[in-house]
Amino acid sequence: MTKTIMTVDDSASVRQMVSFTLKEAGYGVIEAIDGLDAISKINGQTLHLIITDMNMPNMDGIELIKNIRVNKEYKFIPIIMLTTESQSDKKMEGKAAGATGWIVKPFKPEQLLSVIKKVIG
Amino acid sequence: MIDINRQAFIEEATELLYNLESSLLELESNPDNQDLIAKVFRALHTIKGSAGMFGYDEITMFTHDIETVYDHIRNGEICITKEIIDLTLAARDQILSMLSQSDDGPYSDDESTKAILISFRNIIIEYNSKTISSNELNAINSKVSQKKVSGTNETFIIRFKSSIDIFSTGTNPLILLNELRNLGSAIILANDTLIPLIGDLDPQKCYLSWEIILKTEKGIDAIKDVFIFIDDHCDIKISVIDKKGKLNESDKFNEFEKHCLEKTKSQQVNIESWLNEFESTLSSANQNKAPHKEKSRSKEISDIHRDSDSVSSIRVSAEKLDDLVNLVGELVTIQARLSQIAANNDDPNILAVSEEVERITWSLRDSALNIRMLPIGSTFNKFNRLVRDLSKELGKVIELTTDGAETELDKTVIERLNDPLIHIIRNCIDHGIESSEIREKFGKPKTGSIHLSASQSGGSVLINISDDGAGIDKDAVKSKALSLGLIQENIDLTDQELYALIFAAGFSTAKTVTNVSGRGVGMDVVRRAIDNLRGTIEVASKKNVGTTISLKLPLTLAIIDGLLVKIDDDHFVLPLSSVEECVELSQKDLNMSHGRHIVNIRGEIVPYINLRERFDIIKKRPEIEQVVIAGIKGTRIGFVVDKVIGQHQTVLKTLGKAYKNVEGVSGATILGDGSVALILDILKLAEKEEMEERNEN
Repeated sequence: MTKTIMTVDDSASVRQMVSFTLKEAGYGVIEAIDGLDAISKINGQTLHLIITDMNMPNMDGIELIKNIRVNKEYKFIPIIMLTTESQSDKKMEGKAAGATGWIVKPFKPEQLLSVIKKVIG
Repeated sequence: MIDINRQAFIEEATELLYNLESSLLELESNPDNQDLIAKVFRALHTIKGSAGMFGYDEITMFTHDIETVYDHIRNGEICITKEIIDLTLAARDQILSMLSQSDDGPYSDDESTKAILISFRNIIIEYNSKTISSNELNAINSKVSQKKVSGTNETFIIRFKSSIDIFSTGTNPLILLNELRNLGSAIILANDTLIPLIGDLDPQKCYLSWEIILKTEKGIDAIKDVFIFIDDHCDIKISVIDKKGKLNESDKFNEFEKHCLEKTKSQQVNIESWLNEFESTLSSANQNKAPHKEKSRSKEISDIHRDSDSVSSIRVSAEKLDDLVNLVGELVTIQARLSQIAANNDDPNILAVSEEVERITWSLRDSALNIRMLPIGSTFNKFNRLVRDLSKELGKVIELTTDGAETELDKTVIERLNDPLIHIIRNCIDHGIESSEIREKFGKPKTGSIHLSASQSGGSVLINISDDGAGIDKDAVKSKALSLGLIQENIDLTDQELYALIFAAGFSTAKTVTNVSGRGVGMDVVRRAIDNLRGTIEVASKKNVGTTISLKLPLTLAIIDGLLVKIDDDHFVLPLSSVEECVELSQKDLNMSHGRHIVNIRGEIVPYINLRERFDIIKKRPEIEQVVIAGIKGTRIGFVVDKVIGQHQTVLKTLGKAYKNVEGVSGATILGDGSVALILDILKLAEKEEMEERNEN
């Protein structure tokens, strides 16, 4: 069964790169441009993983994670956040909100895939 | 990545850079606007993040430090100044030109990049005397270097107690366990004792913990990486249990897995104690399997080398080294022959070549023997465990300290030293060191101590094993020796002679036989092993203060310095390490001693053994004989020969099975002219002489 991953990022190039990598690896991809967009697209979808940026306009990553975790259906979905190494406190905040793991930007496609593999097998 | 993505990135980045410029200019007139600062930060952040993904590593590196500064600005820790804005604008232009240039090849304008970076770093340094950026760089560097550590198998024990809420972070522990499995061979045991009764069970919680034994060559960092996302809210302990590689052989590993599975049926999971159990059965099995033991030890030693210096050493099988030393031995023999021929020929050319060959042979011999030298430390380390286990078993508190672990000895010597040392240390623990209560009564510290030290002196290595225990009870030794018929009632013995008795077979003064010692086997085995190594044992002891056993061992067994002597037409070699001096023995001396075998050296009476008589060489003795005086166990004994030829590099050859039981000869060597010289075991000769003397009386 194809696993579906949602990628949330305000940067079109990052989104493009992530979804290209994921599609190449055989995953289904849903793109969202920020937290609000993600919430609106998430409903009813069968998702296996969410990859979200931290810094986004409208609704940032932390808010998004909190919103997803209170949703009964997505309570246990793995969420990976994209962060930079200078944001270690952001990382802790994200984890407290319920993120499963993180990827430090910048990253290479193979790093992305290895983290995804780590989280959803 | 494909070009479309690159193109998309360049377009996006260019746009971001233009936005950045306008934000910066706005910020200059309005430096406190948080929204603008956030916007600048986000632009830098995105550029940095995406640049790395599309292979613009220079841009990432460059932007990283700028981003750090803006992170501080965003948190209100640094104020926006005109200087910062100027720098950021310059940086922005720099990134733009990096973007456009990188199309054609690597970016080369390093000077201005560096200048900007340094300015930004200075800002950070100014803010915080701790250089954050360099710390971070170090962290990155160490990450990189850690990745390089790999290669040899290590075995870890990992205790993974998941937090009860682990599922709510979207983590699936099974995936992590599978990931561990992919690192190497793993034994994973689940501990389910914390699962509550069904009424209290919350299916959304995780009650399990795991104990995992993992054999991997990827190193501890790879394991930590597995748990990287959960390490702060789960209890994870990783420890190396078997650096030495006992479990490294896959059959051992499988055996242990079976062992564990067997246990889980009946007991709660406790891998560590099971491992100890398994190890002890393993080591007792090893005692019977000498070749295997040798293998693991050489592995252990090479592990030590690896720890300190992984690049500059290589592992060579022990057989290859033995071959090399044998060949060098042959070479030494041939070289001696060459030297002899050269000496008999008056050709200066041959003489020059022969001297050259001699010089090179000697250094080759030294290097070849040196390769076989190993530090004794690894043997010492093993005794820590022995002391710990035994003292626990006997209810004593004992500490083992070591000294001179770096002292090097020939591999064979080290291997053959292991068992005697175990016996001696066992004796120290069992007989030597008293129980805590008795120690306190004598005003000694409660903790007994055993000190192992090794040092090199000349061609030998001294190993001292000293304890601060009760010392040897001389009266007990004496009465035991009397009852065994080892000594006679009315003979006065020196302390040395008395202590030597403890090495007699069947000798034990222990009142009770424990499973540690007291059966009277042991010390005689020690004596024999040390004798076989051509070493000596000395015992010094003081009642209630302690006992010191000193071993003196030759550095190597393959080639020794010998003294070549001649009796009639036969050559013999005496080990030079024991020889003290040579004196003449004339007819006049013989007359003066009235036929007794003694010689007077500077007023000291020294007994001698006439080798001509001992070996039944019937031809007439020469006018003047030579006496080689050797020090044996603290006394001086002479050996009468016809002629002393001189020092000889003696390559030891065994005599083979047929002559194994010949007493007084420890081996043979081949001389330069191809003839054979016997190597004399002067210790045995002296003992035999003594025995015969006694029987005559």
